[in-house]
Amino acid sequence: MGLLKWARTRSPWLLHFNAGGCNGCDIELVAALTPRFDVERFGILLEGSPRHADILAVTGPVTLQVKDRLVRIYEQMPEPKYVVAIGACACSGAPFKDCYNVLGGVDKVLPVDAYVPGCPPKPEAIIDGIVKLIQKIRRGDTYGKGKRE
Amino acid sequence: MSYGSIIKIPFGPQHPALKEPEHFLFEVDGDIVVNVKPRIGYNHRGIEKAFERRTYIQNIYLAERICGICSDAHTTCYTQAIESLLGVEAPPRARYIRVIIAELERIHSHSLWVGIAAHEIGFDTLFMYVWRDRETVMNLFEMISGNRVHYATNTIGGVRRDIPSQMIPKVKKGLDLLEKRFKYYLNVAQTEQTILKRTENVGILKPKDAVDLCAVGPTLRASGIKNDVRADDPYAAYDEIPFHVITHDGCDVLSRIIVRCEEMLESINIIRYALEHMPEGMTRVRVPLAVPEGETVSRVEAPRGELIHYAKSNGTMKPERYKVRSPTLGNIPALCKMLLGGHVADIPIVLAGIDPCFACMDRMSFIDVKTSKKWVWTMNQLKKHTRKVK
Repeated sequence: MGLLKWARTRSPWLLHFNAGGCNGCDIELVAALTPRFDVERFGILLEGSPRHADILAVTGPVTLQVKDRLVRIYEQMPEPKYVVAIGACACSGAPFKDCYNVLGGVDKVLPVDAYVPGCPPKPEAIIDGIVKLIQKIRRGDTYGKGKRE
Repeated sequence: MSYGSIIKIPFGPQHPALKEPEHFLFEVDGDIVVNVKPRIGYNHRGIEKAFERRTYIQNIYLAERICGICSDAHTTCYTQAIESLLGVEAPPRARYIRVIIAELERIHSHSLWVGIAAHEIGFDTLFMYVWRDRETVMNLFEMISGNRVHYATNTIGGVRRDIPSQMIPKVKKGLDLLEKRFKYYLNVAQTEQTILKRTENVGILKPKDAVDLCAVGPTLRASGIKNDVRADDPYAAYDEIPFHVITHDGCDVLSRIIVRCEEMLESINIIRYALEHMPEGMTRVRVPLAVPEGETVSRVEAPRGELIHYAKSNGTMKPERYKVRSPTLGNIPALCKMLLGGHVADIPIVLAGIDPCFACMDRMSFIDVKTSKKWVWTMNQLKKHTRKVK
């Protein structure tokens, strides 16, 4: 493992994007940052700008309105970059799967490396999903743009 | 003072920290907001159409997923509408359990909001404190319903889970802790200079404007108008429970904070009363799958204000038409009024002040109309600007 990869997996910065979800996953993601769970002690930081982020955490079933924004934000992120789908909606579309304005799943538009199921997943599950992704990065078998490293 | 050129600031539709994508276009003259144009619909999933394609039982879970923060308000409203179409009534114990869950949800939603408001004015210590204490409510939810966010408690004709007697002391213990903490936060909100300087006389909404623009919920009550569906048109067991409608006549963001803090304390009293006076008996009645023809409107006081559901049935197992009017939509015209004449620096806290299912402010791009020069501000830059100005 090179120095860069070591540094990257020790402190991944997260960008959160709500692609039309119900807020349930979003409040659980924020709860993961607050004192009970406190992911910052693992070096995970929620970042506001796509240009500083390593991991894109997407919630929601991806509405047609928000799709272009999602792709644009992904393109603004520097490489290597990874995508985590948080919640049942982001994994498969869940209850909104057959709605007319919904794509149904983040993997319809972006390469997804980790899926966190649940409606909504508990903060523990979200942290576990990120940890699994970090292990994947260390092994070097991620999809998408992360692979070019 | 006028600077002669109007600058347009698009707001949104992406935000890193929380909630739904929404877009606002601000026209500013210097530092003063002169016009606001909201553009909503980024979160449109087509839920009302989906309602028509699913059975009444499936729709309970769809209604719950309209919003993750006030999920119980939506299911209460939905089940009440369908119950009135069916002509059945939930048993008394179920009505009390609905009240308990609804008030716990109000505590969770308001404490979430107090944290976010503190975050918006740069007071992150308070944000972390409030969210730490909020975990107490989440624990109670997990104990009662098995889930932290979507409780799935309501069903047509009652509730799905009882609150057994051995849980009651645990709930009361949690409430005691919360009461102590919220009294402390109320005191902080009223005395701490960091909060007072940023929220007093900011985002003014006069009582007349509030009524004219149909504001709802804590936003309306913070303008001194006593209006609460729980008291005006009681549902569930609210007609049997004594409680006060909290109002405050400051008309600014500070009074919105105070109203919400006091409402949390009032909710704690309501839950205590409901736990003690909960009648024995069954928690649900069985109902037929097909609903007779008819139409109805149901109202519920959600944490953010008056929530209205409309249902039209045609005698089958699926509704013919379903319509939801959420409280945030009712507050948007009032929000535009509050923002007018305010400073750019106050936009985040005034926006957060109505507790919208939060607007998005990450990417602001500024366009100078005269020179057509464009630049983009991130949320962090906006916050830095905010702190510099104050």
